[in-house]
Amino acid sequence: MPKRKKIYGLLAEFPNPAALYHACEKVRDAGYAAWDAYSPFPVHGLEKAMGLGRSVVPWIVAIMGFSGAGLGFLMQWWMSAVDYPLIISAKPYNSYPAFVPVTFELGILLGSFGAVFGMFALNRLPQLYHSLFNSDRFAKVTDDGFFIAIEARDPNYDPVRTRTLLEEAGAIAVEEVED
Amino acid sequence: MSAHHVSVEDLAPDQIRLPEKSGWRKLPAVGGVLALVGIGGAFAMKSGNEQQFYYSYLTSLLFWLAIGLGGYFFTLVQHATRAGWSIVVRRLAENVMITLPVLGLLALPIFLGIHDLYHWSHEEVVANDPMLSWKAPYLNTGDFLVRGVVYIVVWAIVAFLFYTWSTRQDGSGDPAPLAHKMRGFAPFGLVLFGLSVTFAAIDWIMSLDPHWFSTIFGVYYFAGIVVSIHAFLAVVVVLLQRSGVLRGVVTPEHYHDIGKMMFAFSVFWAYIAYSQYMLYWYASIPEETYWFAYRGHGGWLVLSLLLVFGRFAIPFVLFMSRRWKRKASSLVFWAAWMLVGQYLDMYWLVQPVLAHEHGSDQIHFGILDVLTFIGIGGAFLAVFGWALGRAALVPVRDPRLEESLNFENF
Repeated sequence: MPKRKKIYGLLAEFPNPAALYHACEKVRDAGYAAWDAYSPFPVHGLEKAMGLGRSVVPWIVAIMGFSGAGLGFLMQWWMSAVDYPLIISAKPYNSYPAFVPVTFELGILLGSFGAVFGMFALNRLPQLYHSLFNSDRFAKVTDDGFFIAIEARDPNYDPVRTRTLLEEAGAIAVEEVED
Repeated sequence: MSAHHVSVEDLAPDQIRLPEKSGWRKLPAVGGVLALVGIGGAFAMKSGNEQQFYYSYLTSLLFWLAIGLGGYFFTLVQHATRAGWSIVVRRLAENVMITLPVLGLLALPIFLGIHDLYHWSHEEVVANDPMLSWKAPYLNTGDFLVRGVVYIVVWAIVAFLFYTWSTRQDGSGDPAPLAHKMRGFAPFGLVLFGLSVTFAAIDWIMSLDPHWFSTIFGVYYFAGIVVSIHAFLAVVVVLLQRSGVLRGVVTPEHYHDIGKMMFAFSVFWAYIAYSQYMLYWYASIPEETYWFAYRGHGGWLVLSLLLVFGRFAIPFVLFMSRRWKRKASSLVFWAAWMLVGQYLDMYWLVQPVLAHEHGSDQIHFGILDVLTFIGIGGAFLAVFGWALGRAALVPVRDPRLEESLNFENF
């Protein structure tokens, strides 16, 4: 007898963004936690329908941005006033008005890095393998497929009841995906 | 994706028109009284204080004019770019714009006070000053008056035309011809705006200190104009909604966009202000730096720092928040903050010249500043209030109104 494969969860396909949106509300209200919605393009307000909390990204951006600005200023102060002091057009070594652009730019640069890489980290990207790619149907997600996947590790998960929930929420196809 | 789609037919009259008993309908009367008290009072206290009167008057005028011109700019930009999001607040901007003919009349005292404000207007001064003699072909009383009248006439005519077209569209059968007309003329109106605002800023503000020059000066005033109009719109929209109208018409999506523009242009202001300062500071040529030098001492230094931090750094860090742009109370708070910043900025541009002339480095904020502010503001609000009650609060026949009602940010 072949070894039974582990199940990742249930994948449900929905016909359009509106159906996906309302299905998300139902899954959210049923109290699931380990699930996600997939769409070829951003669906406005989906984060509310999914009941997602506030993103942590702004805090990462704030910390990175302030660090960038601080380090930018320190770097210039250290270079022009400590390590290699030069008198330039009779200005003091620590001529902070001249440091403003670089300070600002480094604040923005590190803030942007924080936004992009912080988002990557929170989404655990890049991922070389994801169970959902075991489903042939899931390839449609880059074109015209709208999906919800509820993971088997969710405490509310039940192969029958979860399937019924998804079907009642308007899924046009529900399938079990191997891990 | 919102819960439901709003169509233009869904709009109830009490959503988009001021009710007969609305307190807003008292605004013309209240504003009129404030105008009489403020301007009358200031004129009554003028004798013996001529110079301070005109400096205070110019400061207040520039503040309110920035909002009025902002209405002009906002309205025409939305037409020129075929913007959809802004239609629900465009009528309010048009109501701001139609204050320009009155603000233009209120600008006339600048010409009466020309000898108190602008010392290049004294011929004996110019004759003994090589730099001013060199500038005399541009900076002379006759041309100054002619140019001033041209700016005022341009603002008044363009404002009047666009206001009339838009309100006429409200009752028209086919809205398309007027929509196309406004879109077609808007770019020309914007070119006129750019030229008139640049030269007005040079004539009326920069020439207060006629030896100093900055090629970026018009843009500096422009940045304040754009911040002011978005701030004013934010305050007015939220107050109107508190009084019961425009609910369900202007949404947090529109707050968000108004907030974004306000934020962006306060950063733009900082960029222009810093670019202007940085080049002069770096080159360190006395005839260029002295303008900043007397703003960098005594009370003016405090005001300068207040502008750097209050008008840029603090809002940059805090008002960046998406949530604070989308929430009515915090949007109004930051909008009011920006308007205070705009007044301080106008004060910082105008009044140090007078103090410097009298060898003082202290700020003397006085009753004349308050009275002229209330007076010109009263006239501004009277016209604005009159326009609010005169037509619907949104351009009801605009072809993109429905798009705007259902507008959402991604």
